[in-house]
Amino acid sequence: MSAALPVLILLSSLIPAGVTFFLAQDSHRFRNMLNLGGATLKLGLIIWMLRAVADGASYEATLSLAPGLVMLLRVDALALLFISLSATLWFLTTIYAIAYFGTKAELSRFFGFFSLCVAATTGLALSGSLISFFIFFELLTLSTWPLVAHKQDKPSLAAARVYLAYALPGSAALLWAIIWLESATGPVLFTDPPDLSTLEPGALRAIFVLFIIGVGVKAAIVPLHGWLPTAMAAPAPVSALLHAVAVVKAGAFGVVRIIYDVFGAANVVALGVGLPLAALASVTIIWGSVRALQQDEIKKRLAFSTVSQVSYIVLGAALASPLAMIGGLVHLIHQGLMKITLFFCAGIYDERAGIKTIAGLNGMGARMPWTSACFSIGAIGMIGLPPLAGFVSKFYLGLGALEAGAPWVLGVLVASTLLNAAYFLPLLYRLWFLPAAEDTTGDDRAPALIGPAVVTALATFGVGMLAASAISPLGWATLIVTREYGP
Amino acid sequence: MNLTVFALTGAALVGLGVYGLLALPHLLRRVIAFNLTGSGLFLFFGAAGARVGVLDAIPQALIITGIVVALSASALAVGLVVALARSSGKVVLPDEDPSP
Amino acid sequence: MTALVVVVTLPLLAALAVLVLPERARVKLALGSVALGVLAALMLARAVWQDGAVLLTLGGWAPPLGIALRADGLAAALTLMSALVMAAVALAARFEMRTRRVGARAAFGFWPLMLLLWGALNAVYVSRDLFNLYVGIELLSLAAVALVALSGTAQALAAALRYMIFALAGSLLYLAGVVLSYAAHGTLDIGLLGERIPAHSDALALGLMTAGLLAKTALFPFHVWLPTAHAAAPAPASALLSALVPKASFLILIRLWFEAMPDLASPPAILMLAMLGAVAVIWGGILALVQKRLKLIVAYSTVAQLGYLFMVFPLAGGAGSAQPWSAGAWTGAMFHALSHGLAKAAMFLAAGICIAAVGSDRLGDLRGLARQLPMTSFAFALAAITLMGLPPSGGFTAKYLLMTSSFAAGQWPWALLLAGGGLLAAAYLYRPMAALFAREARVTARPIPRVWQAVPLALAALSILLGVLSATPFDLLQIARPEPAAEGL
Repeated sequence: MSAALPVLILLSSLIPAGVTFFLAQDSHRFRNMLNLGGATLKLGLIIWMLRAVADGASYEATLSLAPGLVMLLRVDALALLFISLSATLWFLTTIYAIAYFGTKAELSRFFGFFSLCVAATTGLALSGSLISFFIFFELLTLSTWPLVAHKQDKPSLAAARVYLAYALPGSAALLWAIIWLESATGPVLFTDPPDLSTLEPGALRAIFVLFIIGVGVKAAIVPLHGWLPTAMAAPAPVSALLHAVAVVKAGAFGVVRIIYDVFGAANVVALGVGLPLAALASVTIIWGSVRALQQDEIKKRLAFSTVSQVSYIVLGAALASPLAMIGGLVHLIHQGLMKITLFFCAGIYDERAGIKTIAGLNGMGARMPWTSACFSIGAIGMIGLPPLAGFVSKFYLGLGALEAGAPWVLGVLVASTLLNAAYFLPLLYRLWFLPAAEDTTGDDRAPALIGPAVVTALATFGVGMLAASAISPLGWATLIVTREYGP
Repeated sequence: MNLTVFALTGAALVGLGVYGLLALPHLLRRVIAFNLTGSGLFLFFGAAGARVGVLDAIPQALIITGIVVALSASALAVGLVVALARSSGKVVLPDEDPSP
Repeated sequence: MTALVVVVTLPLLAALAVLVLPERARVKLALGSVALGVLAALMLARAVWQDGAVLLTLGGWAPPLGIALRADGLAAALTLMSALVMAAVALAARFEMRTRRVGARAAFGFWPLMLLLWGALNAVYVSRDLFNLYVGIELLSLAAVALVALSGTAQALAAALRYMIFALAGSLLYLAGVVLSYAAHGTLDIGLLGERIPAHSDALALGLMTAGLLAKTALFPFHVWLPTAHAAAPAPASALLSALVPKASFLILIRLWFEAMPDLASPPAILMLAMLGAVAVIWGGILALVQKRLKLIVAYSTVAQLGYLFMVFPLAGGAGSAQPWSAGAWTGAMFHALSHGLAKAAMFLAAGICIAAVGSDRLGDLRGLARQLPMTSFAFALAAITLMGLPPSGGFTAKYLLMTSSFAAGQWPWALLLAGGGLLAAAYLYRPMAALFAREARVTARPIPRVWQAVPLALAALSILLGVLSATPFDLLQIARPEPAAEGL
């Protein structure tokens, strides 16, 4: 069983993906059942595994390719954190996507790549070796391209092209880094940190930079973030997937893996590459917020907000102190929950009322109360008002910065909070306090669209309120940091 | 003594043939140049086989095989040249055509 | 041993037999013999896998008197790959090379030429005798030239003749080298040449043979004939020409440099071969980027992809002891030969389907075809993944092995070339993909049978599987691997 379970979890989205491609366009019922079934099965398996891992079980599955190419699936606490998030959000996004698309064309292709994308994310989370991480990272790139291009109109195709133009050089840099490192140390397994003493510090720094470029494209670190706002041309479920479940998160997860499991926090500090990365992350946080402020389209504003927010995770990892690490990891979950809520809502505004710009939100609080309430919770969470999710992340990041001896980070956090408020509060003001324009229509009586948003909004509340309990994301993050990285 | 003559003649034929293959645009001439080069090589090969004074049977067998191969190649080449001449009215390759 | 005899003789006998049969029976016989050939190739691979290299001395005479055929792991792998490509091409040709589609002459000529080409390929794979290899490669060139000329248009004939001039010049150069080598050593057997006492003329002989083979492999700057020839042939023939034919002359190069005369591999010579390969990767990629026709893009991509194969010369072995797997450059290059063969054949067959559907291969005419031909477009995409070297394809395994070796050998510029070449491939393959997947309502596409559509998909899937299940082919390629491939040239 210990080898079969990780493989089963991977197959629970891989098999629906494979089957869906071959379904006729109009077999909606079977396709929906298949995808929801896969998502449910996956959630079930993960819950089972969470319990087993808490009891001390360990899971591992290996497939040897050519020498040096070791495909290793392994479950550790960090992997569990990430797949729990992606599996939960996949389940909700599937429900949302089914309702969003209804009976439009080309859905078999869409759901096929959608499931494939989630399979890639799962594989990436479970990867126990650098090379299997890379393989799933690439699979993720390839399976998201058709999703971004899904509408097949000019902006979507252009966005998809921009995405590849960023992602492929990024993965070339990543492969270059992996092979450079492994040619000196042998295949790198995350359980068994490689012996870096055979490489010069200069070479190690260069390798680190290549690694960060490689995963940084996906994590949208400035100046590698250009693709993310363009990708807004994609339909709302894809945006939700890109921003909260898969792509951006995979990049941030990669940064964490590279710093803690490949180089080791101590080496990152010793090489002097942690602080520059933290500085870059800070620049990204501020720059993303400033750009968000300038956007009039809701989705564009959210996209730049993601650029900014994901770098909290990078910042937490780069500071390389235990408390900052906790802050970063917990934000991996929190940002996912909040951002997916916002994107679900942005999609509902667009789909049910045709609202794309900020000006269109005037007075929608009364017309679309459910959507607007969820949107408000997500936005307030992002700003970081206690007791919502965002506050917990920022609190730990701040403590971690002091611990790491980098008090200037506090300034970044304060500035970013102010900027967050500056670009979210006007939206809330428009929603609830301004009168609606005469000709606005639309309502939000669409339970399958609202349901997922309500669930994630409640979760945003929940993880903040229950942060002290052991099963909260904060509890897990603390467990990971104490168990795996030691004090 | 004799052998050197054979070898030198062979080399001269090869030289002529290579010149023709490279320099002549007319395709039929090129086919002939190819045959000339081949003949030169076979001559040299035969001379090499007899170098120790004892007759070596292997080069003879191989030369015969080689001649058959060269013959079939020439046949195909000539066939293609004829077909090209029929369909385009020219016996040179389009981008080497001296008369535009 | 029976399997070895079958893979060499069956295609030649079948080629003779189809000459005398009417069209319906001709196709049936060709398909039957291809199926048998796949089986024989599988059995050969199994025999090599279980008992090591299979040796066959014709008439029981050992070299230098007799002629030896020998299937090592590499030969077995190439034979199997070729048989699979042949099977796919034959299945596609069953639909494509019909009298009412291509005319009676092409419909008749394709089958014997295809089988002849196959027989010549297999003979080259297992031959150990320089002159035997000459006959094999000459036969291969003749069959290939005839396939290019098959459509009979002035354009195709000119392309065929240009190809023929290069091929004949290449044969002559190669033959001159063989003659020189025989004059010096009195043997033509590759194994015996490996144990020879070095002579002064060896360098000239090896140089002549190499130059001749480079012209046939279409390595830069000898590539000028390839794109027009490959684009002029009917699609199933292009698949054979691009996927298999250059591999045969490349294999002879490997036999010469790694087995017959490894002592002559001086650093400048090796560097020159690799530099030519590097220029081919870049120049072929750039030219592919500016083409407007699908078949020309795929053909120029072959020019670029063949360049990678020549990375084997500076990298094989290298500082082989640095890492347990870094002797993988040789294997990596062979992996590339295998996966490129499968993917490139898939691409040309997919291009053939597109042409059959819309009657043109201009990118502008292919827009939106993915809606009508989803399987074909998907096959093209999968094959593109292999050519770009993205995981988990066979192309990725090849690239990974070559890249690790270049780092282990301290020659990281080659790794840069491999990475850059992959990006260039992504750039030039993006254009046809974008055209196929564009949103445009076409109504003019003719319907294509599903079986035909499935053929390139199966090949492309195989090229991906080669990466997913790379352990077995990796081990197969190690069987009777020449020693210098592990220790470095």
